[in-house]
Amino acid sequence: MARIRPTQVDDDGFWDEERPSRRTKAARYALPVAVAGLAAATIGLVPALASSGDPDLPKISAEELISKMAASDTEQLSGSVKITTDLGLPSLPGGASLSDLGGGAGGEGGDGASAAPDAKLMDLVSGSHTLRVAADGPERQRVSIIEKAAEYSLIHNGDETWAYDSEANAVYHSTAPKGSGAKDDHRRELPKDLKDVTPQQFAKQVLASVDDTTDVSVDGTTRVAGRDAYELLIKPTSDDSTVGSVRIAVDADNGTPLKFVLTPKSGGKAVVDVAFTKVDFGKPTAGTFDFTPPKGAKVTEESDHKRGAKDGMNAKDGMNDKDAQEALSGLKVIGESWDSVARLDGGEGGAPAAQGGDGGAEKDAGGFLGGFGKEVKGDFGSGHVVSTRLVNALLTDDGKVFVGAVDTDALVAAANKAK
Amino acid sequence: MSRAEAGTLEAPAPRRPRPLWTLALFRSELAITFRRWRTLALLGVLAAVPILIGIAVKIETSDGGGVGQGGGGGGEGEAPAFFSQITNNGIFLLFAALAATLPVFLPMAIGVIAGDSIAGEAGAGTLRYLLVAPAGRTRLLLAKFTAVLAFCLVATLVVAVTGLATGALLFPLGDITLISGTTVSFGDGLVRALGVAAVVALSLVGIATVGVFISTLTNSGIAAMATTVGLVITAQILDTIPQLHAIHPYLFPHYWLSFADLLRDPVYWDDLVKNLGLQGLYAAVFGSAAWARFTAKDITA
Repeated sequence: MARIRPTQVDDDGFWDEERPSRRTKAARYALPVAVAGLAAATIGLVPALASSGDPDLPKISAEELISKMAASDTEQLSGSVKITTDLGLPSLPGGASLSDLGGGAGGEGGDGASAAPDAKLMDLVSGSHTLRVAADGPERQRVSIIEKAAEYSLIHNGDETWAYDSEANAVYHSTAPKGSGAKDDHRRELPKDLKDVTPQQFAKQVLASVDDTTDVSVDGTTRVAGRDAYELLIKPTSDDSTVGSVRIAVDADNGTPLKFVLTPKSGGKAVVDVAFTKVDFGKPTAGTFDFTPPKGAKVTEESDHKRGAKDGMNAKDGMNDKDAQEALSGLKVIGESWDSVARLDGGEGGAPAAQGGDGGAEKDAGGFLGGFGKEVKGDFGSGHVVSTRLVNALLTDDGKVFVGAVDTDALVAAANKAK
Repeated sequence: MSRAEAGTLEAPAPRRPRPLWTLALFRSELAITFRRWRTLALLGVLAAVPILIGIAVKIETSDGGGVGQGGGGGGEGEAPAFFSQITNNGIFLLFAALAATLPVFLPMAIGVIAGDSIAGEAGAGTLRYLLVAPAGRTRLLLAKFTAVLAFCLVATLVVAVTGLATGALLFPLGDITLISGTTVSFGDGLVRALGVAAVVALSLVGIATVGVFISTLTNSGIAAMATTVGLVITAQILDTIPQLHAIHPYLFPHYWLSFADLLRDPVYWDDLVKNLGLQGLYAAVFGSAAWARFTAKDITA
């Protein structure tokens, strides 16, 4: 077979550009390499360049910043929020994590098509999620969880709260009781769990616990979602707390918290990282808060759902606010502020009740946790400590549970004191 | 092949090929690609997918139940994207069909066409005759690449159009509830559907370019096809391994499902832009690599 070799034809220009010498042949490969290199450099450098150079803002004291946050009256905004949680929950065999235990059990126990908001909280406990939020005063809010080719939306408009799960094509609907004019009631009406996922809500909760056990300072400036912001650094002074620091980026203009990062004392990745990736303080478009249930979607009314909870008592419905409060009635809080330890007496609903709900599963989970928890002994007897990156839990052998964002020694001390 | 006649040598004098001649090369390349039985068979298989999905959903829901309920309590056994809405609105069959064909059928068909583009000619011994015509290797490569890209578009449109037609025949059409829960008119929905088809076609540019590059590496068309299709599968497996999350954003199938973001309200652009950027990057890197390889290659067959 004759070989046609471009290198050897050089007389008539027939091969035109295809007449490379060995060197130019090699040189051609420089082009793809250069393109790849350029792309790599762009990917590596552009974020670095974009984030360098914190904005120059006038100095401000921590007190001024906090009062600025408190005075912030941002009622209209829309944007995207990225929430990343890494609680360091121990992984179960098969790749599931503890959070899946609760969420998964709910999924199996419930009738998969229900779009009730309760179960969605579990999804947010681990991993990274993108949310879109929009708010127009206390009467209208919307939170959507962006999923792969699907979306879970929670829409609160006046008296009505809709939840729509596009994947299951299921709708959940609840109406505020008639005559409850007060705005606070409406606020409570929007299921707490999902309303609490914006940086504002996180920041509010932390600021509520600011007292003399806390170091608050302003730690420079930063840019979040293209806006200049001050960074508020909050540190517990106590040695026992597992909370390393909390950073809140506060919009320099209007005092809206834009970013919330909670880092554990053990270092490493943040446990909770909630930040706006895009934010717009204009009025959201009018149609944002309208919702009509699509044709053929399965609509669950709130009353049905609650009734189902009473009858069924399955794990997911156990997550209902009301039931959760019942379970929490057996809860005592020991200690103050950052060092507080929650004590749950067994039977009423131990720590796993927060995950599971019905008695049987809880027992199983308890025994299971004991299997990989670290054994500790003290005046209180003996028990197992289950550690995550932020929260530690002590399950005593006599069925008590102590949970707190404190280290093991503090848990044992609390258990001893309770004895 | 017909191209040989199209480019008969008239004068030995050095000259630049006329623009019309260039177009002729592209035209004949397109005609050859789409006249092949193999291409038509691939398109036929792609067209069958939405029809089968439509019939299956119709049969399953004929007793009045929804799709979700049929899955044994839902929960873990996740129904593919958009399936739950098909019975209420036929246009969702278009989206469901695209979501179902994008991971396997479409890239497989692209892999066959792209893998065969250069290596097939080489394997059949026709590549050197193509190069005897004064087209220039770069231009020939471009013509081949264009034909592959055209196939990406046609394949996507075949799935989309049969999906829409089957959906219109079997299910009611009407106003569309977007996945954000907002309802838009049917016309608006059609515009979005067109956008979805365009994004899906562009999502295939990455694998198409990789296929053409692989095709320049070997003289065996089968080897090139198998490698390309194997690469599609490998990349998607890697994309599901959580420990490898660091490389996920650079795998070409990673953002494929982002076409669904066009169905949000407002449209969520982040992943769409990332997807198109990634496909462009693959096209640039592997396109230039294919050029480097093909223009420097010893043509032995």
